[in-house]
Amino acid sequence: MLLDWLYVAVFAVVGIVMAALPLALVWLLAPRADYPQKHLTYESGAVPFGQAWAQFNVRYYLFALVFVLFEVEVIYLFPWAVIFRKLGAFAFVEAVLFIIILGMGLIYAWRKGALEWV
Amino acid sequence: MFWFLEILKATLAAIAVFTFLAVVGAMLGVYLERKISGWMQSRLGPKHVGPQGLLQTVADTVKLLQKENIIPANADALTFNIAPLMAVVAGLLAWVIIPFGPAFGRIVVARDINIGLLFFIAMGSLIVIAVLLGGWSSNNKYSLLGGFRSASQMISYEIPLALAVMVPIMMAGTLSTVGIVGIQQGGFLGVGNWLIFGGPFPWWMTIVTVPAFVMFLTAAMAEVNRVPFDLPEAESELVAGYFSEYTGMRFALFQLGEYAESFAMAGLAAVLFLGGWHGPGLPGIVWFVLKLFALVFVLMWVRWTYPRLRLDQLLNLSWKGLVPLGFVLVLVTGWLLV
Amino acid sequence: MGELAVFIVLAVLTLVPAAVVVTTGNLVRAAMSLIPSFLGVTGLFVLLQAEFVAGIQILIYAGAIAVLILFVIMLTQGGTGLSIRQVNEQRLVGLLVAGGLAVALGVMLVRTPWPRSAGTLPASNVAAVGNAFLTDFILAFEISSLVLLASLVGALVIARREQ
Repeated sequence: MLLDWLYVAVFAVVGIVMAALPLALVWLLAPRADYPQKHLTYESGAVPFGQAWAQFNVRYYLFALVFVLFEVEVIYLFPWAVIFRKLGAFAFVEAVLFIIILGMGLIYAWRKGALEWV
Repeated sequence: MFWFLEILKATLAAIAVFTFLAVVGAMLGVYLERKISGWMQSRLGPKHVGPQGLLQTVADTVKLLQKENIIPANADALTFNIAPLMAVVAGLLAWVIIPFGPAFGRIVVARDINIGLLFFIAMGSLIVIAVLLGGWSSNNKYSLLGGFRSASQMISYEIPLALAVMVPIMMAGTLSTVGIVGIQQGGFLGVGNWLIFGGPFPWWMTIVTVPAFVMFLTAAMAEVNRVPFDLPEAESELVAGYFSEYTGMRFALFQLGEYAESFAMAGLAAVLFLGGWHGPGLPGIVWFVLKLFALVFVLMWVRWTYPRLRLDQLLNLSWKGLVPLGFVLVLVTGWLLV
Repeated sequence: MGELAVFIVLAVLTLVPAAVVVTTGNLVRAAMSLIPSFLGVTGLFVLLQAEFVAGIQILIYAGAIAVLILFVIMLTQGGTGLSIRQVNEQRLVGLLVAGGLAVALGVMLVRTPWPRSAGTLPASNVAAVGNAFLTDFILAFEISSLVLLASLVGALVIARREQ
């Protein structure tokens, strides 16, 4: 089992190296004709105006919040999904209860407008 | 000594998978995408470079390698460079668990991790961070907005993805991909036990497996920002979203990461729902590659068939449509299996 | 021997970014440094043969919580990359208290007779966790769903109060 994760670690390292290779090649091969206008940020041709940060809406945060909670719920369902058949109907009922409670959470979020984009 | 040999084997496997992805996935995939989209639009696609235009992507890559290295002013250089690398590594790591088929008595898979499917979904989560950091580090309003919108879309579709994957897990009782393909063997003509036809269970299991398959493909398309879910990167929208400021090879690396992930999703759909390497007649690996490319073709077909969804339509589809549907599917599957 | 080397690498991978998180003035850098720290913790779980927990560590911490923290920081003024001052006038007192706590914890760790479990690992990590959830710890399983519901409602109440 430790061997599995050794493979994962090696894959990650090899991936980083092989992805950095083209970047290194570019650094060697690319022309260098640098002047300040090249580094202006892109704003459809106009000169950039104002800071890059503005007061963004809280709706991005609400989506991430609801996502975290439902992801944790899905995590709880993974072990249940693997083993529930061997444990009979009681295990299934337990999960029904679990999902219903969290379904109420989804309905609450829906009704309170946390899932609206506008 | 044992560990050294294993590290060597792992390195070779990683290089093999990366080459397969770069050559088949990126080069052939991009070429196919351009050709197929051309035919669907009554035009010809690339034709001149190489026989039938096959070397077009090679030419494009050589061109991209010579592009000047530009980092926008005031951009966070470290993050600007890390984001595309993270996207590629996450896309590459998603391929660790995908089995190709039997060869020389063993199953060809980089490593059949015990918690394979959980690991795959975790890699999909890591790409979200790459997108967010890429959008922020460019110091550009469009990129930042595009990064936020793209990240919101990707996280909204991770729950339906996980729930769709839960159905084969419940039917097989294991998180390992090789195990899930294992229960799909045998059957009528080598096809009858595919999960999309109900697996080794009676035919009425299809009322859960077919919707799960469709839900998986939909969520997969949204995860990799493909049309009809590509609002964050549509040309007529926020320029190019989170990679507006990325030029040259870094842009190519982001695209490579997205292509690798979309091929991995198609491969996983073939493994989970279409029987992996099982099929009548032809050797297993050939069947798997055929199924992989068939699903990739379906993804491209959908791209040129449906109009783009607006961001709020997209998010509503996920949270108000697919998430409840996913929970209902899990409950019905559990009830049918008990 | 090899395991010790791997442990040291993972410990460095966990602790150095963690130090960056608490000392750097740039909030986004701090949030970014959480991610290698979480991945280091994943590796430590793998060394303890807890595969399932390692998998959900990547999925939840590096994939969901890091994203949430990044969202929050980029939505506030910290997202512009401005530098926040990290020390105040009470550095000396803080150092003394932290040092005292570190010594106390070190003494406790060294002197406690940690019991060694004689059990064997189950063949399948996830199945064993599922079994435990659904038989021995069923009450905890159901109560955790209530806790999640409570946190969802609470977070939404707080987050939407500004509107």
